[in-house]
Amino acid sequence: MTNILIIGEHDNGKIKKYTFELAVRAAELAEKLGGSAFAVLIGENVKGVAAELGNYGIKKAFTAEGEAVKYYDSSSYSKIVCDIAAKENVSIILGSAAPLGKDLLPKIAARSKAGFTQDCIAADIESGKLKVKRPVFAGKALVEFVHEAPIQTATLRPNIFPFDARKTEIQVVDVQPDSAPAKTKVIETKQVEKGEIDVSEADIIVSGGRAVGSPDGFKMIFELAHAFKGAAVGASRAAVDAGYISHDHQVGQTGKTVNPKLYIACGISGASQHLAGMRTSKVIVAINKDPEAPIFTKADFGIVGDIFKVVPALTEKLKREVS
Amino acid sequence: MKIGVLLKQVPDTETKIKLKSGNKGFEEEGIKWIINPYDEFAVEEALKLKEKTGGGEVVIVTAGHPRAVESMRQALAMGADRGIRIDTTGAHLDIYSTSSLLASVVTEEKFDIVFAGKQAVDDDCAAVVQFVAEIAGIPHVSPIETFNINSDNKHAVVQRPLAGGTKEMVEIELPCVLGCEKGLNTPRYATLPGIMKAKSKPIAEKKASDILKGNGVNVSMLGWGLPPERTGGKKVDGEPEIVSEQLIKFLKEEAKVL
Repeated sequence: MTNILIIGEHDNGKIKKYTFELAVRAAELAEKLGGSAFAVLIGENVKGVAAELGNYGIKKAFTAEGEAVKYYDSSSYSKIVCDIAAKENVSIILGSAAPLGKDLLPKIAARSKAGFTQDCIAADIESGKLKVKRPVFAGKALVEFVHEAPIQTATLRPNIFPFDARKTEIQVVDVQPDSAPAKTKVIETKQVEKGEIDVSEADIIVSGGRAVGSPDGFKMIFELAHAFKGAAVGASRAAVDAGYISHDHQVGQTGKTVNPKLYIACGISGASQHLAGMRTSKVIVAINKDPEAPIFTKADFGIVGDIFKVVPALTEKLKREVS
Repeated sequence: MKIGVLLKQVPDTETKIKLKSGNKGFEEEGIKWIINPYDEFAVEEALKLKEKTGGGEVVIVTAGHPRAVESMRQALAMGADRGIRIDTTGAHLDIYSTSSLLASVVTEEKFDIVFAGKQAVDDDCAAVVQFVAEIAGIPHVSPIETFNINSDNKHAVVQRPLAGGTKEMVEIELPCVLGCEKGLNTPRYATLPGIMKAKSKPIAEKKASDILKGNGVNVSMLGWGLPPERTGGKKVDGEPEIVSEQLIKFLKEEAKVL
């Protein structure tokens, strides 16, 4: 009987949706181990919200606040996690395949001499150990792995596991972070874009390709995304390389991998490297002038038309829908 | 400065992946092998740093098969000085063991700084930077979008992306390992003189088994599969107002995402 520990992520005290998804999955796996699911939240303003995790199957939530952990640092964060794991009989440590988790979990794994698998789309227990499936070659193949070491770690891809609330009695424990001198120090943070949702966290993504033609052309893409309320704007590599929009929006093999419930590709031809980044979207819609564009062979709904006419028309209709 | 670059040879990104019979791997016959695209940014940043600090050397470190030498030569042709290849033929490896091999060289060579690509485009693990740094006992930041060394050559300031367009400027102590992101720089092309010179630059060879001494793996591969194929659905054309209506109807009633 051992326990599972998840690394929760938050934005200044607002817990990420994918952390709740991870919590429920961890609780299900912990049941198979005969143990419990615990969570750790590190950073500012986490003490007050940790109890929310009790709605998603977490029996114990550890919080660590303070100046020393105000900014993410892999060394101090991994020490907090490894100390908790050692004390709480944890054999599996899970995080989310998002910027923080993807960096912190390998550090934790190396520190614990544990097995590690990144960006898993399936996770189960086999003979008391973690068994996972993960994409390779930008999703062109899927590989199944089984962990062998006493400690097993992994990141799970967000938006994979449907989840319902799972009310559990939760205990919140505050831990004191070390204030050891760090070899890395955050000296400044910059907000390059205000108020936009990150593509990797959005349920709906509206993406523009090279046909958008200019940075100005992307305004209509942003407007359509805003009309969906809570959608993010994505882009193909061609649009980013042409300078129409920043690399943060790039979806694809050399950009981000996304898994929204709806992906709308505007003026994107559908090269395999772009598909690699969005092929697991629940629903794909394509709008393109060229009826032979490869994207239509993968889209659940295709519109052959001029994006400069269709996108604004769609935005108008949508605004009237939602209101 | 002694600058290390961790380089991996991978299949070209256009490669169509076919599974081997038995599903324990993919067909390597006829594959075009290239330098991992993210590692090119690492090579370039290393060369720029050597040029900026006026001296020292850039060393390419690869854990791989003999065919990886070709990719190492390309990095040498770009301007790197020498290479070290840890031969992994016949070795059964996972992230921890591969990283141990690379970390042992990093420690032995006493690099002042190590650049690597943030991830390899074959396994997409994005973990070797973190593992190598931890095993070698030095700090890391990955991915990095900008790099500037401080005048004392003992610290650097790098830009790390967070979600939603937020960027953090991080000051890091050397020695360290940095995972390079696309856009960090524009990798130079090898020149013809560079290619000629590369032929005689030394590539030392080590053996994985000598370094690992029979340690096991922490993660085992069970099998490979292909993802479900997506096929096209409805396709419409016509007046923007009409097709928009049709799409919204589809999203609400059939796809149920609205």
